[in-house]
Amino acid sequence: MTTPNGTPLLELKEVEKHFPVRRGALARETDRVHAVDGVTLTVNEGETLGLVGESGCGKSTLGRCIVRLLEPTGGDIFFEGRSIARLRQRQLRPLRREMQMIFQDPFASLNPRKRVGTIVSDPLRIHRIGDRESRKRDVQDLLGKVGLSPEHYNRFPHEFSGGQRQRIGVARALALRPKLVVCDEPVSALDVSIQAQIINLLESLQDDFNLTYVFIAHDLAVVRHISDRIAVMYLGKIVEVSPAEELYQHPLHPYTISLLSAAPIPDPEVEEQRETILLAGDLPSSLHPPPACRFHTRCPYVQPTLCRDEEPPLREIAPGHIAACHWAEQIRDGKLQPTHVQTETGAEPEAEPAVG
Amino acid sequence: MSAEPLLEVRGLKVRFATEDGIVRAVDGVDFELNEGRVLGIVGESGSGKSVTAMTVLGLTRDKNARFDGEVRYRGADLLPMSEPQLRGYRGREIAMIFQDPMTSLNPVHRVGDQIVESIVTHEGTRRRLAKRRAVELLRRVGIPNAAQRAEDYPHQFSGGMRQRAMIAMALACAPQLLIADEPTTALDVTIQAQIIELLRSLVEERKMALILITHDLGVVANIAQDILVMYAGRVVERSDKRGIFYDPQMPYTWGLLGSIPRLDRPKPEKLYSISGLPPSLIRLPRGCAFRPRCPHAFDRCFEEPPLADRIENPDHLDRCWLSVDEKRVLRVATISGERAA
Repeated sequence: MTTPNGTPLLELKEVEKHFPVRRGALARETDRVHAVDGVTLTVNEGETLGLVGESGCGKSTLGRCIVRLLEPTGGDIFFEGRSIARLRQRQLRPLRREMQMIFQDPFASLNPRKRVGTIVSDPLRIHRIGDRESRKRDVQDLLGKVGLSPEHYNRFPHEFSGGQRQRIGVARALALRPKLVVCDEPVSALDVSIQAQIINLLESLQDDFNLTYVFIAHDLAVVRHISDRIAVMYLGKIVEVSPAEELYQHPLHPYTISLLSAAPIPDPEVEEQRETILLAGDLPSSLHPPPACRFHTRCPYVQPTLCRDEEPPLREIAPGHIAACHWAEQIRDGKLQPTHVQTETGAEPEAEPAVG
Repeated sequence: MSAEPLLEVRGLKVRFATEDGIVRAVDGVDFELNEGRVLGIVGESGSGKSVTAMTVLGLTRDKNARFDGEVRYRGADLLPMSEPQLRGYRGREIAMIFQDPMTSLNPVHRVGDQIVESIVTHEGTRRRLAKRRAVELLRRVGIPNAAQRAEDYPHQFSGGMRQRAMIAMALACAPQLLIADEPTTALDVTIQAQIIELLRSLVEERKMALILITHDLGVVANIAQDILVMYAGRVVERSDKRGIFYDPQMPYTWGLLGSIPRLDRPKPEKLYSISGLPPSLIRLPRGCAFRPRCPHAFDRCFEEPPLADRIENPDHLDRCWLSVDEKRVLRVATISGERAA
């Protein structure tokens, strides 16, 4: 689906976000963290794009660039066809009505001194929508829609459990009736039984409010459940994009294959029978990502040629299914088998600012 | 195998006096653990799983805490022991690792030195010798260039490496029982798989018993042999692994199994979800603690069901009044995740 004039709702072109590392008395830039390093993606209206990867892969940074909480250092972002990557604060204001964000930690993202009513109605007040009375009506209505009760209007965040706070966060994000919502690990901090409630809530709200989601998470099963398409990120780059089911049936990139094989499955028999690919070592530092294919240092399918010499471009291997691996076809056809790479990388100590 | 279990917990209750009232953090926990076995304790936050584990080592002692029951390690009750007596068990017999290794590692000491310290304190070994053992341990838990990395400070380690270092430290005095409290929760899946594999191989190699506390049924499906499911401070179901996954008796266990999205199954239209919230531990509901959220609750549930064996397998215990036949029919929809509550 696209917007009426045929452009996707959101388009990322070679988006890049580098953070300078400054040291010394003059705070000179000595290094750069390549948090997001050239991401091209489209998100169509009404769909849910899942964004998965491990911590430090840049998925949260990318999410923040999309809603322009961060300014990308390179590339461009188009929202409804309009370039938004370089807009200034004041120019961004109208855009904030269109795109909102839901955060991971429901304890940190709500101001403990403000009442729920104020938290949820603030976006309306800031954008001068309605008068005091109508705003209150709107917010109470919204509280009902996210599964809270209108009486919660005058309560403080500490009176709520984690799951209920996340509902408040959802209500706040929806107050302005945005088109796009970036959900950054919205259920990771919640217990299993509560997690399912929030996932179901997000799904039903998507229908009611006609929302487009970018859903960032590290839990592959959750992402599969909620997403139409999924993009897999590794060290600042997209390594695979595919329709959700296809990704789980026929993963093409060795990193995706390893992630899927490592995700625990709550069934002893399945666990006993399947083979887990144990990846070697840790995620390399994004200060100095490995050259050529960034995954070659841990890749269970690494080959003597190409992998260490040339960066693999994202290529369409099957309709709508793209992957950045030189050997994607051979892996698809079962001509390459994974090797259990030994846990001996001599990796550099990872002492870097947390990214992603 | 000796007749006596390695660890035997009987009628354990832990209550904390707070300004708001008495928190019944643990409200009746019974289990035993034999040498070399792996026990998974599953439950959500506030279910009492961590408090149970910490109480075993006397780590919850406080002037506002009250304890009941018994915690027997090789027959000796640890609960009434004095601190100096307990110290003989901590680290040497029973060791513990936590979710966040950064809170357990001292940031101003080198990783190697912290392990040396623990060996020297417990065993009075000479430092030189202890140092060699520390490096050996770090190598065993999969730290590359162990001799060199022993000189690093904790902040120079990645999350997975820190957890490995914690495990090395816990193993320093060759304990017979390792308690791991959410050891992989803060880690990414690929690192989690590495750590679980490490724990599995260590348990096998050292004939050590392991209590693994987690909220992730996927993790226990992999490594545990026996499982306790906890809810609101109580054990609500206890069985070997197969019993929990393939013949679960407690509606709460069904709900847990049903509400996880599964990679190995076709995607359901809507996820099953347990409605409502866990109860306040200060004001527990009358009768079965799960009653207010249970879609199958009936009159009798206002009376608390004891933990008892109700099916053919005498080692499979649960707290639910439904008849076994009813359970086997009722649970089908829930476990398959079909029907949203």
